[in-house]
Amino acid sequence: MGLLVKDKQVVVPGDILADDIGFIPGFGTYRNSHNLVCSRLGLVNIEGKVVKIIPLSGKYLPRRNDIVVGRVFDILMAGWRVDINSPYSAVLSNKETPEFIERNEDLSKHFDLDEHLVCKVTNVTSQNLVDVSCRDQGLRKLRGGRIIHVNTHKVPRIIGKKGSMVSMIKQATGCRIIVGQNGLVWIDGEPDKENIAVDAIRKIETESHIPGLTDRMKTHLEEITGVKISLNEGDYNGLQ
Amino acid sequence: MDYNKRLDGRDFDELRPMEAKAGVIKKADGSAYFRMGNTVAYAAVYGPREMFPKFQQDPKKGVLRCNYNMMPFSGAGDRVRPGPSRRSKEISAVTEKALSAVVDLSDSPNAVVDVYIEFPQTDAGSRCCGINAAAIALADAGIPMRDIVAAVAVGHAGNKICVDLNYEEEHLPDYVEGLDDKDVADIPVAIVPSTGEISLLQMDGIIPKETLIKALHKAKAALMQVNEVQRNALREKFAAVADEENGENIENVENGFEEN
Repeated sequence: MGLLVKDKQVVVPGDILADDIGFIPGFGTYRNSHNLVCSRLGLVNIEGKVVKIIPLSGKYLPRRNDIVVGRVFDILMAGWRVDINSPYSAVLSNKETPEFIERNEDLSKHFDLDEHLVCKVTNVTSQNLVDVSCRDQGLRKLRGGRIIHVNTHKVPRIIGKKGSMVSMIKQATGCRIIVGQNGLVWIDGEPDKENIAVDAIRKIETESHIPGLTDRMKTHLEEITGVKISLNEGDYNGLQ
Repeated sequence: MDYNKRLDGRDFDELRPMEAKAGVIKKADGSAYFRMGNTVAYAAVYGPREMFPKFQQDPKKGVLRCNYNMMPFSGAGDRVRPGPSRRSKEISAVTEKALSAVVDLSDSPNAVVDVYIEFPQTDAGSRCCGINAAAIALADAGIPMRDIVAAVAVGHAGNKICVDLNYEEEHLPDYVEGLDDKDVADIPVAIVPSTGEISLLQMDGIIPKETLIKALHKAKAALMQVNEVQRNALREKFAAVADEENGENIENVENGFEEN
């Protein structure tokens, strides 16, 4: 018997993936006597003996070194509370800002309520207390532009291999784009170009399951904007 | 007196027609529709999200919070007074217990998963229908869970074991002459299909011990059918994504996917 599912098959909690002790349970699976059972809705991923599930739905759970787009919703004694589109809010310490903050300075001068920022997750505890930092290249307050929400699990598709997909949209529209791992995307540029970028991202979101996505997006963008796009897989640090 | 033919013409171990859909409510993190005959349930799952009131937070694991609500004109008789009632609070609590047998919220301490179950129309068996919908919605929301709980009511009416009773059968003495209340029992059952564990068992009425055991065996068989409907609803919603990576196509997949 052994494996009962194909690679990349959709599975539902309770589905038996393998009835052989030889397989190792990975993320989203558990062992029930000799069976390997699914515990998350998603796609099966088989790597040698390890069977794991790639989730298709669910909230964003912060992980260390993720670049996220957040919104300040509270000012604390020594920092800010940031909504990162997750069940848990993050804390940005006043020591983690791009510029130095004097003692007793008014923190709202640096980040005020309802302002958005790009930041990096520096630490996540077992109780899911999240720390973020703005002290790295490109991490800053976001001024102007617009923010859209996308499915967290589609973010890798929007970024593309080494950022190829976003850089394509950037080339075509001339917009500045930041894709947060938490599913918030910041877009800033000419208003009509912004619209094109938003539509492109929505298109990726709905069509990410159809093969040849990159080529299709390339022709689509070239058609709309008339800009020739050169595909390059630059170094992607999560920002650009 | 014997009850030889069911009022709605079904076999004694035949379920009412079932229908299930996942992802019917756009703004919810997970949602589902489940119909058993004339009983219709919508379930919406929100979360995990921050738990309020804060004193109910559990630092060890997330909390599951269910809410059962019958809409004002959902019943066959009088208008149901809106808002929580003694009955709806009890059903919310048993639903919660039936579902927490499988959900694993240890990764979301201090958080809550809210499940709202609404009934636009009911015809007996609403708690079972609600549990079925809620189980699909929880899986749709990506909540880690051991299995998908399935629920159905079995009963004993006029010396016959019936599966999935409707309102008329629950009140059989009003419809069939020669029967009295002693002859009718209604038993909602929920199980974890992969292990056969029972996570909900209630009873209304009187039933002999042997009959009860026989009825539970019938329930188990019926629950496998229910579970298959639930699973198919979820597979249907996400089928589009599978085709992607298998390289199969795909043409008419687009529409189905957009609904998500």
